[in-house]
Amino acid sequence: MAAWVAKQRYLIDYTVASLLRRKGKNLGLLVVYTLLIFMLASVMLFSHAVRREAAQLLEGAPEVVVQRMVAGRHDLVPGDYLEKMGRIRGVQAQRGRLWGYYYDPVVFANYTFMVPVAEAPQAGHIAIGEGIARARRAGPGDVISFRSYSGRLFELTVDKVLPAESEIVSADLVLLSESDFRAFFGIAPNLYTDISLRVANPKEVRKVAQKIADELPDARPILREEILRTYESIFSWREGIVLVLLAGAILAFAILAWEKAAGLSAEEKREIGILKAIGWETSDVIKMKFWEGALISLAAFLLGYAAAYLHIFRFSAAFLEPVLKGWSVLYPHFDLAPSIDGLQVATLFFFTVFPYTVATIVPIWRAAITDPDAVMRA
Amino acid sequence: MKPPGNRAGNAAFALLAVALAAFAATWLDAAVSRDRAAARTAANRELVAALELTDLCLFTEARYTRHPSQADLHTAFQDHPRALEHFPSGSLLPPPAILTEHHGRLGR
Repeated sequence: MAAWVAKQRYLIDYTVASLLRRKGKNLGLLVVYTLLIFMLASVMLFSHAVRREAAQLLEGAPEVVVQRMVAGRHDLVPGDYLEKMGRIRGVQAQRGRLWGYYYDPVVFANYTFMVPVAEAPQAGHIAIGEGIARARRAGPGDVISFRSYSGRLFELTVDKVLPAESEIVSADLVLLSESDFRAFFGIAPNLYTDISLRVANPKEVRKVAQKIADELPDARPILREEILRTYESIFSWREGIVLVLLAGAILAFAILAWEKAAGLSAEEKREIGILKAIGWETSDVIKMKFWEGALISLAAFLLGYAAAYLHIFRFSAAFLEPVLKGWSVLYPHFDLAPSIDGLQVATLFFFTVFPYTVATIVPIWRAAITDPDAVMRA
Repeated sequence: MKPPGNRAGNAAFALLAVALAAFAATWLDAAVSRDRAAARTAANRELVAALELTDLCLFTEARYTRHPSQADLHTAFQDHPRALEHFPSGSLLPPPAILTEHHGRLGR
């Protein structure tokens, strides 16, 4: 065993010395390889952490939200729907929700106006999310003016700014009183944006939704499990930019591996020829090249992955921000709770380290089984 | 034969050891930070329940990216029947599961 270890160490010594002879090329390869893994691991860690965060946070979402559809679009829900839904067995509580969107031409941002269930601000007062506070440079005691869709200017005093730690759910929220909301959007007293339902028995949720759909054909119930499923598939590998990124990275990697597998440089061939001529066995040459592939790919994987972890969980995914931000003006600043999916890491390892190592060995094996003299003369 | 003192492999092992330590440190850090983040998550979950929120505030550029779970059934064609998706975050978000699973309900 000790002899085997000693032999491997000599082989590694030789491999490293050989790598250092082509320092520029191999260092460049290591950097590109590390960057590739950094990029893939960043997206992977971010999407997993967001999905996990969403699943934990949205456990508190209403069990059922009922919208009313008119001509394929949302419409306001009449108050008598509340009473009709209250009569459905299994519904513990029902509440008309009031919320809507407002485009603020001052900072070119979209806000979500909402009337909270409890502890609503007094008329003329609001509570705002940290994102809005940042965009409008407003704090408690400041007055913010919003021009309503009827053209009337509303001056609202900021009572409080929602905690910065809650930005992932509240960055764009403006919480206001029911009277202000109705006056601002011109919504009649007996109309609501949608209805939230509490169902006592979780097993009855689907049944309740079915009854609502049967009794109120224009109603569209959205279950909490559907909300959670929406976020489970967010940033899924099948979707948009993740697929583009993945496809690009895999193609780049395929080119890299192909370049390695398609042929050796004359210098590398001569090196193998000399090694064989001085008595190295074919298996030794292959082992030496295995160590070359393994050292580079392992170092790239470990460094790229650790850098991606720091990027996502210590530097708030700074490089992904422009992609995630899109055209949004308000972008929440949030720290994700670090979470690592072992299976994902193993998959990344298998699809990056393994093919590269194999791609390094195959051409060497081809060169190593030929006659040293022919290899050296080639 | 005694190996030379200044072996090239040692430097490679040192680099790998550092990289491996960094890799291991991420798992350790994740475990420690998760406990610390638990209080923040609990507070945010309470806020979600208190305000009856349905979505994360990730993309504020369009209403169906701000509240993907509440998007209407014609989101992708919201402006006119042949309009294509034009918000960048639309390429990050899949259509809500309810849009792709219940074709029979499109009439509602």
